[in-house]
Amino acid sequence: MSKVYKFGNDVDTDQIIASQYLLLPDIEAMKGYTFESLSPSFASEVKEGDLVVANENFGCGSSREQAPSVLKALGVKAVIAKSFARIFYRNSINIGLPVIVCKELYDAVEDGGEAELDLTAGTVTAGGQTFSCTKLPEYMQNILNAGGLIASLNKEGQ
Amino acid sequence: MGMTLGEKIIARAAGVSSVKPNDIHTVTLDRMMSNDGTTHLTVDMYHNKLKNPRIADKDKVVFIMDHNVPAENPKTAEAHKKMRNFAKENGIKLYEGQGVCHQIMMEDYVCPGELIFGADSHTTTYGALGAFGTGVGCTDFLYAMTTGTSWVMVPETLRFNLHGQLREGVYARDLILTIIGDIGANGANYKIMEFAGDGASNLSIDERIVLCNLTVEAGAKAGIVEPDEKVVAYCKERGRKAEFMFKSDEDAQFAAVYDYDLSKIEPVVVRPDFVDNFDTLANVSKEKIAIDQAFVGSCNNGRLCDLRAAAEVVKGKKIADTVRFIVAPASNEVYIEALKEGVITTLMEAGAMIMNANCSVCWGSCQGVIGENEVLISTGTRNFKGRSGHPSSKVYMASAATVAASAVAGYITGVESVK
Repeated sequence: MSKVYKFGNDVDTDQIIASQYLLLPDIEAMKGYTFESLSPSFASEVKEGDLVVANENFGCGSSREQAPSVLKALGVKAVIAKSFARIFYRNSINIGLPVIVCKELYDAVEDGGEAELDLTAGTVTAGGQTFSCTKLPEYMQNILNAGGLIASLNKEGQ
Repeated sequence: MGMTLGEKIIARAAGVSSVKPNDIHTVTLDRMMSNDGTTHLTVDMYHNKLKNPRIADKDKVVFIMDHNVPAENPKTAEAHKKMRNFAKENGIKLYEGQGVCHQIMMEDYVCPGELIFGADSHTTTYGALGAFGTGVGCTDFLYAMTTGTSWVMVPETLRFNLHGQLREGVYARDLILTIIGDIGANGANYKIMEFAGDGASNLSIDERIVLCNLTVEAGAKAGIVEPDEKVVAYCKERGRKAEFMFKSDEDAQFAAVYDYDLSKIEPVVVRPDFVDNFDTLANVSKEKIAIDQAFVGSCNNGRLCDLRAAAEVVKGKKIADTVRFIVAPASNEVYIEALKEGVITTLMEAGAMIMNANCSVCWGSCQGVIGENEVLISTGTRNFKGRSGHPSSKVYMASAATVAASAVAGYITGVESVK
């Protein structure tokens, strides 16, 4: 089971990682500031394999890839939301962070509660209920399976 | 079945005769832009992650330093050095401190019908010239720079038929904030927002920039105004050809069609902390909300017409002594024109601080950052929590004229009350 960190609607990329940290040398230097304004203890508490669960339009705002990158660097297993903003969604797939659309989970789990994500089966279980997640188009699933866009580019041998 | 304007651009870039929504295509990009918000990470990945690092066509790549310019601390200076050196080593055109990336792209590069990736969300701006511009992260940018190609899932198109003209004192800024208020912050998620009709033709290129730039705040992948003779003239004036003037077919399929009578649009103030937290200026001004800072600038509203509008409001008056009024022209071209016209003098005489051409207050990291519980009224692109400084600070969004009037009054108000 994974611990759930729950967030609301329209969580923007400035909340995930604020502008003032984006020009730090690398993701390792930035990750400690993840969700600084929304949840100041998140970066120090989150553990490898935990889940971020959100309502609609997660990751709206800027194209900063630092946003999914800090979540991945902190060990977040996946972000599960009712819907995602498009640039965040694409960036996450490109860097190999699973982003899962699931309409039901949000209302079935509490912040700090537990859920079990089965990436292969495409299901998530919480409070004794199992929900199906929306499947990625095959093209995107292949990028994710390869470990992201650059890994997939290196595989193509280009 | 016919295609929409945006679908035609993707079909051209994919080298196919037709595309339809949700198809995934490999496309050849016409241009790629990256700024100092992420380029240092792209350069690191280029050196450390690519098996075969190369650049498909350096002439299609543009680097622009505009977010933290000039550098405000040694770490930024190092990030800039990395970007500068990479551009030099690889023969990539670099702009440093010449203006906000999207304004530079409009002035020097964008042509109608092009498919452009920019490592910045407001790349949607390029639709003002009938191009398909879309924001990507640095991994997408790196792939594009390396291969000259990328993949695109064809979005559905929302059609906005604009009719008539905006009334005096009402701006394109008010129009797009109204539209976002209507459809919501994810109302166009993964869709193209297409603007057409006589009302769209009536808008100047600068006004179309305002419209397309903010479409990403409704979640759009691109915002495009149907190109016309104004686009041809803009390109010609700058030595560029308007070769691919696409428009939607009569039988094109739209996911939804909206109609807007421009004469009915009113001045808008968007409240914190969400871009769709719409209200009218008439309502908000009743509350006399005190402000600490006012900002005119950004890729959305830092052009000559915006600076002129602000100058006209503050001419012969003084900024309230409780307010910092910060103005950042969108580019040096804009800055120089504003100097020649005396617009800068008028603003300075009223007490404005004039910044170099950069993202400035809208970016919230380099200059004009606001403190705990402070209130900003801004022509920037976003009003997210902490966008321009401390997480407890508040950002209201409005047109340049409303921002300038509020700067004079010391609280949020319209032009009429400071006349």
